[in-house]
Amino acid sequence: MAALLEVKNLRTTFQTSGGVVRAVDGVSWDIQEGETVALVGESGCGKSVSALSIMRLVAEPAGRIESGEILYKGRDLLKLSEEQMRGVRGREIGMIFQEPMTSLNPVLTIGRQLTEGLEIHMQMSPHDARARAVELLGMVGIPDPARRLAQYPHHFSGGMRQRMMIAMALACNPSLILADEPTTALDVTIQAQILELMKDLAQRLGVAMLIITHNLGVVARYADRVNVMYAGRIIEQASAAELYANPRHPYTLGLLRSVPRLDEPRRARLAPIEGQPPDLTRLPAGCAFSPRCSFRVERCAEAAPPLIAVDAAHTSACWECERLVKAEAA
Amino acid sequence: MSEVLLEVRDLVKHFPVGAGFLGRSGGTVRAVDGVSFSLHRGETLGLVGESGCGKTTTGRCILQLEQPTSGQIVFEGTDLATHSEKQLRDLRRHMQVIFQDPYSSLNPRMTIGEILAEPIKVHRLVSGKAAREKRIEELLTQVGLLPQHAQRYPHQLSGGQRQRVGIARALAMEPSLIICDEPVSALDVSIQAQIINLLEELQSRLGLTYLFIAHDLSVVRHISDRVVVMYLGKIVEVADRQALYEAPVHPYTRALLSAVPIPDPKLEATRERTVLRGEIPSALTPPGGCVFHPRCPIAEARCSAEIPLLREIQPGHWGACHLA
Repeated sequence: MAALLEVKNLRTTFQTSGGVVRAVDGVSWDIQEGETVALVGESGCGKSVSALSIMRLVAEPAGRIESGEILYKGRDLLKLSEEQMRGVRGREIGMIFQEPMTSLNPVLTIGRQLTEGLEIHMQMSPHDARARAVELLGMVGIPDPARRLAQYPHHFSGGMRQRMMIAMALACNPSLILADEPTTALDVTIQAQILELMKDLAQRLGVAMLIITHNLGVVARYADRVNVMYAGRIIEQASAAELYANPRHPYTLGLLRSVPRLDEPRRARLAPIEGQPPDLTRLPAGCAFSPRCSFRVERCAEAAPPLIAVDAAHTSACWECERLVKAEAA
Repeated sequence: MSEVLLEVRDLVKHFPVGAGFLGRSGGTVRAVDGVSFSLHRGETLGLVGESGCGKTTTGRCILQLEQPTSGQIVFEGTDLATHSEKQLRDLRRHMQVIFQDPYSSLNPRMTIGEILAEPIKVHRLVSGKAAREKRIEELLTQVGLLPQHAQRYPHQLSGGQRQRVGIARALAMEPSLIICDEPVSALDVSIQAQIINLLEELQSRLGLTYLFIAHDLSVVRHISDRVVVMYLGKIVEVADRQALYEAPVHPYTRALLSAVPIPDPKLEATRERTVLRGEIPSALTPPGGCVFHPRCPIAEARCSAEIPLLREIQPGHWGACHLA
């Protein structure tokens, strides 16, 4: 089966006062139809810039997609005209952002924000678009949808706004939704509601989803496959089940060990990853994680390890991943 | 158990909502509505709940950053309300705060050294420039930074390093109580554990007492000895860590715990979850009876009529639920 979306060697850079930042530094990954894939990593690892690059929303002139291919249904999105790209955004690929309040227009009604896309992308009449908007709000669990259409985003709570964002993303029956930290700004109980809703809708409508998050718990529950990013690169790729059971990169292992877990007995001390997150303007020559890595050897400072297969459908970018496996087993 | 360091008795904080159009009153937000708990010396008390539950306002009332509407706050044996502004300043030195976002709580135009020197100067904690510099160096080392960090500005540090400065600033006052208001939630996952370990080390070394306000239940379980769960301005459950996490009595606590996703796909695939319906009601118009009843999976008729009192269900385990 051909991938729905295939990102190949994507490289996106930003010109900053501190020098050129390679926010996304040659990453490749894909999503199959109907699949949920996660991009996981901490702030500045390039996960959000990856999504913005797919949508070609990287802020120019400071930001630039330097090279690579983004094949959506076999078409390279980077080669489309701006006009053609507008037919992809919102129509083929929907997007959900972390902060619904800043991504909704405060002076347009909920109804207008939903119908606008339907009228433009789907050439619906205002009457049909309205009917579809009511249907969409009902689908994402907003009570009394017909009355809600006349309201403004500030009338909605945070959870309701995120439901509204999901409705907007789904409006034109996209094949893919990019969800960038969709529940990070929400309360725990609301987070659970929204994630269950997204999972349910994705399954029911057969929409593929890219979830961008720093929360390892969310990934475990909702993703089929996972890409772990660090300093602009993918350092490990595997199915969710495989990644959590057999992490093959010291960073993934460190992340999993550093979080306290409710299902395990309480530990006397947490095991943090030592050191500071990388400064993207001054990355070390070799592996970007090496200054913080407990498996570091001389070679790590000299050359960045490539992403290589360590098992079927499991890749890791670490020179010492054999030693890591042994240490894990011990 | 050791002596009581802080006691909060029936704390109430209501905020009048800005007089609306033509002087109409906008009503009252019942941010904190009758909260009582005590904190023993050397203990960590976790205070959890979702946004708007009143956990931060409770912290701010203890720090006297908000004037409580009613209720008592007794710290080191004295009722804070009976003190003059001047006496308060001295007492308040012993209670410090660490905020969520170290970036917005550090002055961007001051070096780390200047930031740490200020409280030392204001409270005349040491005399002379040399002694002050020595103290700053000591504080920086204590929180895992280097003496040369004193010359840096906040923007030159990473988020985790800035939070270390926030902790050093609190320590500068030689406090007995530190109120940690979401101290790790703005930090990256790999850095959170560093800061939590640091807080624990400092506690055992300096005999500190923490009120740890957070929404992350896994972090609260790790760091707390006892835990208070709040919902819409009220305490719904208080217990020792182990009892609260292993045998929660309040349906809200149970729902909170079940909402936390666990980083293990195999476990998550089979785990039963209670997803609460509805949203958190506005503290402007809290529901009658039990404030949780509109979202409660087991609510009965009397839950919407009678307010459940916080009662001791097991020794040391308190819950505010008719059905517990």
